Amino acid sequence: MEFVPTPSQTAGPYLHIGLTRNHSKPCIASPQAKGERVWLKCFVLDGDGAGVNDSLVEIWQADGQGKYNHPDDRQAKTADPECYGFGRMAGGEDGGCEFETIKPGRVPGPGNTLQAPHLNVAVYARGILLHLYTRIYFAGDPANEQDPVLALVPKERRETLMAQPDPARPGGWRFDIRLTGEKETVFFDV
Amino acid sequence: MGQVTNERSIVSYHRHAPASQPTRLYDAYKSTPKRNPHKPLIFLPHTLSETTGPVYGHDPIAETDNDLTRQHHGAPQGERIIVTGRVLDDNGRPVPNTLVEIWQANAAGRYVHQRDQHPAPLDPNFSGAGRTLTDETGAYRFVTIKPGRYPWFNHYNAWRPAHIHFSIFGRAFLSRLITQMYFPGDPLFDYDPVYQSVPDEKARQRMISKFDLETTQPQWALGFRFDIVLRGPEATPFEA
Ligand SMILES: [Fe+3]
Repeated sequence: MEFVPTPSQTAGPYLHIGLTRNHSKPCIASPQAKGERVWLKCFVLDGDGAGVNDSLVEIWQADGQGKYNHPDDRQAKTADPECYGFGRMAGGEDGGCEFETIKPGRVPGPGNTLQAPHLNVAVYARGILLHLYTRIYFAGDPANEQDPVLALVPKERRETLMAQPDPARPGGWRFDIRLTGEKETVFFDV
Repeated sequence: MGQVTNERSIVSYHRHAPASQPTRLYDAYKSTPKRNPHKPLIFLPHTLSETTGPVYGHDPIAETDNDLTRQHHGAPQGERIIVTGRVLDDNGRPVPNTLVEIWQANAAGRYVHQRDQHPAPLDPNFSGAGRTLTDETGAYRFVTIKPGRYPWFNHYNAWRPAHIHFSIFGRAFLSRLITQMYFPGDPLFDYDPVYQSVPDEKARQRMISKFDLETTQPQWALGFRFDIVLRGPEATPFEA
């Protein structure tokens, strides 16, 4: 018997029924979690720049010490129980949603590298047959210069992976996910 | 091979064979061009960020969450069915304790959703959402009703085959899967661009459940089996 992964299909326009009507997760890390508090506003935008009102964004991240709350993370650190690490929200009419979390620590990358603080993102919507993976980094973090994953991205496209600070709100960040178009976000083949 | 003790050790997962998954830019499905990247994706070596993922357990599962026919005072309209199967990885190993979520239309092909304008009746006894955890052997089970087929606006006279939407987490963020389960012999397969977006015919057939007399319960409900395979690691991460 051969085991080949089941094909993906679009989550469709009614994904809210099963995934977010009673099971949204806007808070990735509780107010007691250790680390720098972050309010992250994400917008999913289509090729015309219009908000995707039937989108779903899922986020997976490490805690403030760079430890994932998962048995396969064998680093000698204890995961912060106040940082669950997972969030998911449906886009509103403007394709936007907001998460509350902390800025993650640095986690190991390939070889002896350390990755810059980042959130891992999966995007779903009507019209997306196989969900898209991207990452959110924090603009201006000096660790970005040494990040082994950003190093794989052509320089001129790296800024599509940077959340930008909201000057009007301490701890506020904004990240646009442009599914296609001139400033198309970098998506990863994982 | 000895025990892996390097804290930085990184497990890689198997990559998809391209024809086994949908073509993202699939013109027959009209909303794909404006909602999918046209630039090439960047190949990402797997790191802890990809090979870990949410472990479920923070939200209690209610007793009727896996029985969509008992979530209201009365029984829903339609053909009662039992949908069961196992969640395995591509090494054939069970994926235990993972969250399986489903959502679907009612027997008339109508979703409980404000944007669903199909003029088919709503059913006061059916919401169409369910969730459960797989057991130690990777098995799950739902009781529900067979969803109706419904029209959509993709092209002239477009109808979706009957389907149940499935969402499964698996062990890693990269094993995450959202798919649709279909029913055997649906005449709409040939005309459905969502189903047809998967190039390999054998792969498409993996989305079709099988009628199963063993699961079927006399005088009560028809049984369908739907086994789900998620991406698995290339080697056992930490053999003790
Ligand atoms: Fe549907």
